[in-house]
Amino acid sequence: MIVELGHFALTLAFAVALFQAVVPLVGAGRGWADWMRAAAPAAVMQFLLIGFAFAALVHAFVTLDFSVRIVAEHSNSQIPVLYRVSGTWGNHEGSMLLLVLILALFGATVAAFGRDLPLGLKARALSVQSMIAAAFTAFILFTSNPFDRLSPAPLDGNDLNPLLQDIGLAIHPPFLYLGYVGLSMVFSFAVAALIEGKVDAAWARWVRPWTLMAWVMLTIGIALGSYWAYYELGWGGWWFWDPVENASFMPWLVAGALLHSAIVVEKRNALKAWTILLAILAFSLSLVGIFIVRSGVLTSVHAFANDPARGVFILAILGVTIIGSLTLFAWRAPAMRSEGLFQPVSREGGLILNNLLLAVAAAVVFTGTLAPLVREFIDGAKISVGAPFFELAFTPFMVLVIVAMPLGSLLPWKRGDLGRVMARLWWAAAAALALGGVVWGLQSGEALLAPVGLALAAWLILGVFVEIGARIGLPRASPGTALGRLVRLPRADWGKFLAHGGFGLSVMGIAAVTAWEVEDIRLASPGESYMLGGYEIHFDSVSDGQGPNYLYQRGHFTVFRDGEVVAVMEPEKRLYPVQGQPTTEAAIDMGLTRDLYLVLGDKQTTGDAWVVRAYLKPLANWIWLGALVMAIGGLVSLTDRRYRVGAAARRARPAPVAAE
Amino acid sequence: MRVIVLILALIVAAPAFAVQPDEMLADPALEARARAISKEVRCLVCRNESIDDSNASLARDLRLLVRERLTAGDSDAEVLDYLVERYGEFVLLKPKFSAANAALWLAGPAAFLIGLIVIVAYHRARRPHAEAREAPLTDEEKRRLDDILNG
Repeated sequence: MIVELGHFALTLAFAVALFQAVVPLVGAGRGWADWMRAAAPAAVMQFLLIGFAFAALVHAFVTLDFSVRIVAEHSNSQIPVLYRVSGTWGNHEGSMLLLVLILALFGATVAAFGRDLPLGLKARALSVQSMIAAAFTAFILFTSNPFDRLSPAPLDGNDLNPLLQDIGLAIHPPFLYLGYVGLSMVFSFAVAALIEGKVDAAWARWVRPWTLMAWVMLTIGIALGSYWAYYELGWGGWWFWDPVENASFMPWLVAGALLHSAIVVEKRNALKAWTILLAILAFSLSLVGIFIVRSGVLTSVHAFANDPARGVFILAILGVTIIGSLTLFAWRAPAMRSEGLFQPVSREGGLILNNLLLAVAAAVVFTGTLAPLVREFIDGAKISVGAPFFELAFTPFMVLVIVAMPLGSLLPWKRGDLGRVMARLWWAAAAALALGGVVWGLQSGEALLAPVGLALAAWLILGVFVEIGARIGLPRASPGTALGRLVRLPRADWGKFLAHGGFGLSVMGIAAVTAWEVEDIRLASPGESYMLGGYEIHFDSVSDGQGPNYLYQRGHFTVFRDGEVVAVMEPEKRLYPVQGQPTTEAAIDMGLTRDLYLVLGDKQTTGDAWVVRAYLKPLANWIWLGALVMAIGGLVSLTDRRYRVGAAARRARPAPVAAE
Repeated sequence: MRVIVLILALIVAAPAFAVQPDEMLADPALEARARAISKEVRCLVCRNESIDDSNASLARDLRLLVRERLTAGDSDAEVLDYLVERYGEFVLLKPKFSAANAALWLAGPAAFLIGLIVIVAYHRARRPHAEAREAPLTDEEKRRLDDILNG
């Protein structure tokens, strides 16, 4: 019964979404205020209805209602409760419902908290947002109904894909969707601004928080996915340039560009048309991402729902969105006049370079991801584009980004002087080069990856400290004054320092783990010991057992360093009998300076030797630590005073303000 | 009984894990080359995996083939050419730079150059136009500025 009510609520939500897509837009065009005001309650209503539908589906999953098809296909009575809940979106239909839920949530958020928004802009933005929600709700209702019943209902379900039974992957999709959909809000504001023909600082101030939020969520979502691959897929890789990974990476790159260009719109009233274009691109790439994952045109490790009808439907949404918004852009953008003047060497210039490089990097990922498809379409040739291509084609642009980042950060608005900036940064450059030199010397002239990578990371991180120094007037200001200024720095500045520094940490981790990883693959028998980069690994034994919904073989290892026990490690091989799928659970001893990573392989058919894979991964955790710091930077920036200033001003209004 | 089921299941279903110890060459330099080549060769039956990462038995065959060619004295390029001859360009994770793949390889540099040209052209076109709009101050404005500065 609840399931049917859920289905009914979703159908109603579709009707509400259509209403919300049309009425406020017409009202805004005609200047009818009451039609425009209808947008906010409709948005809240739509959210409540979809929220109910989603809750009904979660209820079906938690209570294990196997008469619901997707519950029977993706759950099982043995599954722990957490994965019953996450099973709701661990399948195609449920994950699309989650997407629509977040679309409606953001619409409702704008409706509820956007009181200071101009009525016309708000009506139009909510209307566009509702068009997207209506399209995806129709997609669910017509091609991917999560509320399908099975008759007769099976006694037990088919189990959730064991790879998805993991806390990291349980929360990975919601974060990505928060990111994708956050960009849909930005897109809605961009299209609304195009219709209105007005982009100003107030618009940018509304759009930047949404961009920041979307970027933070994508950062967390991508980092979670990468971390999951690191510990779950079994050989310690953390990025595979897989189409599905690229699908989330492209919007992240463009969102990164967008949140920088929105600063120029807000502070300098320039780059308007470009910022609008980026907003359109960022959401279009999110749609491309959803298309890649959902249609399965690019087969990949994680695609778990392939169906041509669905692919065509999403392609249609994608086509209408891109063609519609770009047409509108071509028509209205030329009217947008940028005011702010600037010299090429200036903060604006630096931000344009940032935008160019990030956009080009996204273009490289885009061509690489779609090239196999395009080649096959054009001349039928089958080619593969994998990690070695991306490493070669993508990295140079990131190197340029890194080189330019501290310089651009220190340039003043309007007109800058590189000489003066270098006068501040020279010691950071010298220290970074020295570090690179020392590393190169120590490893006796092998690959350049480690020295160059570490020097670049040091340049980024030291550059942040130089910038902090510059902002608080060091070295000229007295320590007291400097400290006072440090405390009073706007949170947006702290956000920038954290995000840029976090990027440096990630670069350092990537360079170190790529260049210095030690690998050992061997046959070992229980009782044996061997050395791995200064650590002594002792293989104690192997035991069998049973988990909640799987069987396992567990290796027991003790790791020593200089005769002392460093870690006891227990890698597992698991078998999930319902789906008959084996998985490996690596044992990882995490540390700030290195991870020890152990994988138990197969037992030899004769004798009692096992294949054991051991890795020493220097600074591996810095990759995700950096991502976390970047995300925190985004959140800190999100709490900046200027985004709260509207509320503060309202509260302050009754009190008389003393004349200055 | 349950233990037997467990052991059987694990033996039957267990994935043969990526590079196996018995595949590895005794000569570390040759083995290192084999690993480097393996990372650039696609496992043909897998989804976007190199033969170095893959658990498939075909990947194992290819890994052994790579090592066989290296032991026979082939250079790295010769090994890759040999694989392309047998399995087509699909086997390369890094497509060759050829006329057909030019668009793929040049997309990044071309986008960067075009972007730079557009930015420079835009900046040039806008400057005189914008400077013209920055009209000199009127007398009234000068008076007010004077008031503010000296007032």
